Amino acid sequence: MANATESITASAAQRSAVRWNQRSLAPWLFLAPGLFMFGLYVLWPIVQSVTLSFYDWDGLYGPNGEFKGTFVGMGNYAELMIDPAFETSLVNNFYWLALYLLALPIGLFIAIFLNQTVTGIRLYKSLFFFPFVISQVVVGLIFAWFYAPNFGLFYLLTEAITGKGVAVLADPDLVTFGIIAAGLWPQIAYVMILYLTGLNNVAPDQIEAARLDGAKGLKMLWYVVLPQLRPATFIAVIVTVIGALRSFDLVSIMTNGGPFGSSRVLSYYMYEKALGEYGFRMGYGAAIAVVLFAIMMIFISGFIWKMWRDETQR
Amino acid sequence: MFPRPIQQSGTGAQWLYTIALPVALLLWLFPLLGVALTSLRPASDLAQGNYFGMPSGIAWENYVFIFTETPIGQYMVNSLWVTIPTVIGAVSLSLMTGFALAVYGFRANILVFFMFVAGNFVPFQILMVPVRDMTLQLGMYDTWYGLALFHIAFQTGFCTLFMRNFIKALPYELIEAARVEGVTEWRIFWYIVLPLMRPAIAALSVLVFTFIWNDFFWATVLTQGVDSQPITAGLSSLNGQWIAQWHLVSAGSILAALPPVAMFFLMQKHFIAGLTLGAVK
Repeated sequence: MANATESITASAAQRSAVRWNQRSLAPWLFLAPGLFMFGLYVLWPIVQSVTLSFYDWDGLYGPNGEFKGTFVGMGNYAELMIDPAFETSLVNNFYWLALYLLALPIGLFIAIFLNQTVTGIRLYKSLFFFPFVISQVVVGLIFAWFYAPNFGLFYLLTEAITGKGVAVLADPDLVTFGIIAAGLWPQIAYVMILYLTGLNNVAPDQIEAARLDGAKGLKMLWYVVLPQLRPATFIAVIVTVIGALRSFDLVSIMTNGGPFGSSRVLSYYMYEKALGEYGFRMGYGAAIAVVLFAIMMIFISGFIWKMWRDETQR
Repeated sequence: MFPRPIQQSGTGAQWLYTIALPVALLLWLFPLLGVALTSLRPASDLAQGNYFGMPSGIAWENYVFIFTETPIGQYMVNSLWVTIPTVIGAVSLSLMTGFALAVYGFRANILVFFMFVAGNFVPFQILMVPVRDMTLQLGMYDTWYGLALFHIAFQTGFCTLFMRNFIKALPYELIEAARVEGVTEWRIFWYIVLPLMRPAIAALSVLVFTFIWNDFFWATVLTQGVDSQPITAGLSSLNGQWIAQWHLVSAGSILAALPPVAMFFLMQKHFIAGLTLGAVK
């Protein structure tokens, strides 16, 4: 009899041990495939790129598969400091960043304009969102046609106004702004949707209360509505900044960095150095990518920091 | 409601609004309308300099031409071959990671979570050389699966953020109750959480579909020929051949834009819910 009770308690203990193991093991089993893929394709390559940025490497391997790069220490970075093309790219990236943020006020304006309840407004809202859904390749082609010399609508328009048409994409001083304008089109649409959703959730009683106190128009917007739109603004800033710094497609489609390299941005210049026509300077390209990554990390850390605060507050 | 409902304003303002709406939309979509119109414009119009006037006829032959004389059909098929496995892969992986991060309070939880979130925002260029190199080494360069595998891995970052927040919002008592009943963790995931995730899965699937269909950078870096290039990269290389043949460029653009647009209209509610996740609290 004693034996039987013992074995029962033993098996109960065993069962709870199994359950305990299951509870502590389960998250890692669920995480394993995702972590493996993400580690292999995202985290590990970041480490590799940083390492690679200290080497001179043409992307080729020796006959037995050995790495044939030469260690140059900070050499690539030192070269970047005096590379005029890098400077152009960096400056252009800051133009992108600054002007892309125009998507916020414009997006908010359109959102306010569309935030009404009239017949067919849902269709209007989704049609306004359209530019975001289509590929940047298509957006780039559309705007290239729009800017085309001699017959492009923008060219004809400037010709009609000033007597002399402006071929935006062929003008080294204007080209970056022309491309940014194309990029703003879908970005504004995205910001607009964020704000429309935000406006939907603005507390009506606060609006009414403020109205009774005589607030309206811009005052109402600034003191009552905007504070409530902060979560939307935050996300909008993040996606806009990242969109601006990631800009590659439009530059590649519309100008290939030209004319005379004047529309390059870091992401495009990196591609050009590592894989482009004159390219296969993998280490140098990696160094450019590391700089871009460092700039981006400033914003990513801000985002993570805010998430951390939100998470630990709850 | 902000701004004040237009119905409460005077008749003049209401009229103005009714007129302003379609005019604003027309201006906003003008570039797109221009392209749609050009895609149906006969080549002779362009030759005569009629780029923006009324087309002299409707030229469906532009579309016939790009389907019969160029590999655009193949490019679209390639896009599907990359996009569909990516949607399935990224959504499945992130359902599991999201579940793990939302339901279990293990020590590294928030660290792992932030790693996915941060990784999702890195510039692609920092991944470019190593990922291309690895794809080459594995013999998957210039194949649909080489491209799809990368996309699955990268999209897992964004999708995990999404799924984790969604699962976290589910009533936790359901899971607790099941555990008291002795249901295993895997069955909790499969029979309790998964059925509740349908709207999230729908939202994420349309989003990922659109992102991947529209991807250009990785298509350029990891593929090169007609046999594996997706439509975005294909369109860009065709653009080089069709110098100044804007009726063909336009028709190609419209075709490339069609699937995500159709997806958006079919699943609008889910699409927007997915994009605005986190924008409202």
